[in-house]
Amino acid sequence: MMEKMIFGRFIPGSSFIHKMDPRAKLIFVFAFILLVFVANNIPTYVALIVFTVAVVFVSRIRLYFLINGLKPVMILMIFTFLLHIFFTKGGDVIVHLGFIKIYEEGLKQGIFISTRFLVLVFMTSILTLTTSPISITDGLETLLNPLKKIKVPVHELALMMSIALRFIPTLMDETDKIMKAQMARGSDVTSGPIKERIKAVVPLLIPLFVSAFKRAEDLATAMEVRGYRGGEGRTRYRQLKWGIRDTIALLVLVLLGVALVYLRMNF
Amino acid sequence: MTEILSLQNITFTYDPDQPIIKNAVEDVTFSVNEGEWIAIVGHNGSGKSTLARIINGLLFPQSGEVKVFGEMMNEANIWDIRSQLGMVFQNPDNQFVGATVQDDVAFALENNGVPYEDMVIRVENALKQVQMDAFMDHEPQHLSGGQKQRVAIAGALALRPNLLILDEATSMLDPQGRKEVIEIVQQLRDETGLTVLSITHDLEEAILADRLLFMNNGKKFAEGNPSEIFGLGDQLIKLGLDLPFSMKMARLLQKEGVHLQGAHMSEEELVNDLWISNFKK
Repeated sequence: MMEKMIFGRFIPGSSFIHKMDPRAKLIFVFAFILLVFVANNIPTYVALIVFTVAVVFVSRIRLYFLINGLKPVMILMIFTFLLHIFFTKGGDVIVHLGFIKIYEEGLKQGIFISTRFLVLVFMTSILTLTTSPISITDGLETLLNPLKKIKVPVHELALMMSIALRFIPTLMDETDKIMKAQMARGSDVTSGPIKERIKAVVPLLIPLFVSAFKRAEDLATAMEVRGYRGGEGRTRYRQLKWGIRDTIALLVLVLLGVALVYLRMNF
Repeated sequence: MTEILSLQNITFTYDPDQPIIKNAVEDVTFSVNEGEWIAIVGHNGSGKSTLARIINGLLFPQSGEVKVFGEMMNEANIWDIRSQLGMVFQNPDNQFVGATVQDDVAFALENNGVPYEDMVIRVENALKQVQMDAFMDHEPQHLSGGQKQRVAIAGALALRPNLLILDEATSMLDPQGRKEVIEIVQQLRDETGLTVLSITHDLEEAILADRLLFMNNGKKFAEGNPSEIFGLGDQLIKLGLDLPFSMKMARLLQKEGVHLQGAHMSEEELVNDLWISNFKK
């Protein structure tokens, strides 16, 4: 189950998109999210789909892999689709079965909204699939830097995020170890009624929390000894480089925007 | 010889408000000269880790003076002192800050505001020194304990420290990892003349030091070179410290009537002494 989920996973590669600056990618995705709401008719949605497929192609992530990994999200999409089909009224009645009436407008809205959903999920997945979590953190930190003026602790937040990311595998290993230790003593987390299972999680969480606090303390000491005293006067080892490909990508997005507005006005 | 570190009559207690004060460290005096390898040994709770924390200013002693690199340590110069002092802790996982090996090595450099161009060179060199340069982009979860400790040493070396403190740095490693780390430290010392202060209860590690400081109940019990300290024999065992394997073996052999002379710091020494022991009768 966990292996299939592609949310938040990073697949290393060397495509055009992999090589982009994380800042450019973040701007790109946010701008794209806004652009999606420009679409309101068939040509615009077709344009969005074509564009998304093109991006998937450029990222060299296999479409099959992407679709397979996003199955859990698809359920949500189908649900939205059905909701619209049954509850949006307007236009001609296409299907009339007993008390169920499906209107033309409902079908249209259903398709539009789920397409919107689909392109958004695809785009954000491509962002996380092609960018390592630490690069995303770096990108966010630089992009949010102006917020420091209004006392938002941008550097601290970014550091917290990167440490959290760094410790996920460590804590996963630890959970696994504790689980095995408890299983060796006869606790069973994987079967039985829900109530029992929840009860069995407690002896798992407590040692995990205790050790997480211990780790945090050790880490804080190690950081202090290594001279950490906040973001002031700190230099950065990870340098972000804005390249020509980043400018190109954003220009392409501008073109998409122009195309969408044109299609919206003229069809 | 330049004195790198000197502790004068250090006394420290964790809770000074208690009616009966139990000192974690009591009236300890010692110094470290440039290029020396000092090991502080002692059983659990003997105050050796507290000493390490006093040296890098994580703790301030209630009385006594700490001089690092000839300067009295105080709140004002503490960051400056820390920037010349490398420290490696016990748990390899809990001191790895960066997302990858190179980020972690750069961490202390970033904190000290080293310019980017300089950082790249220093990170690479430090990793080469501990033979981890092939692992630049690796994430910590794909490294063994010994490798992580070597990265931690590289992180300290990148700062070009005047003193490297190993606070039980090998105690959580498997024998292989322990060997790796000790070999790297030995090599660094031979090549660069690095001053090392290692806090340990691994006697095979302690034996490599030039000078040993034996702590017991917060007090300095004895100080001397390894053969002097391990020459204490029974006293060490009574105070909860073991003897290195070769020395234990020699003692057992002596009990059985085998004629042996001198201290046997390594198995090799013991073997050399053993095969001629019959001639010397």
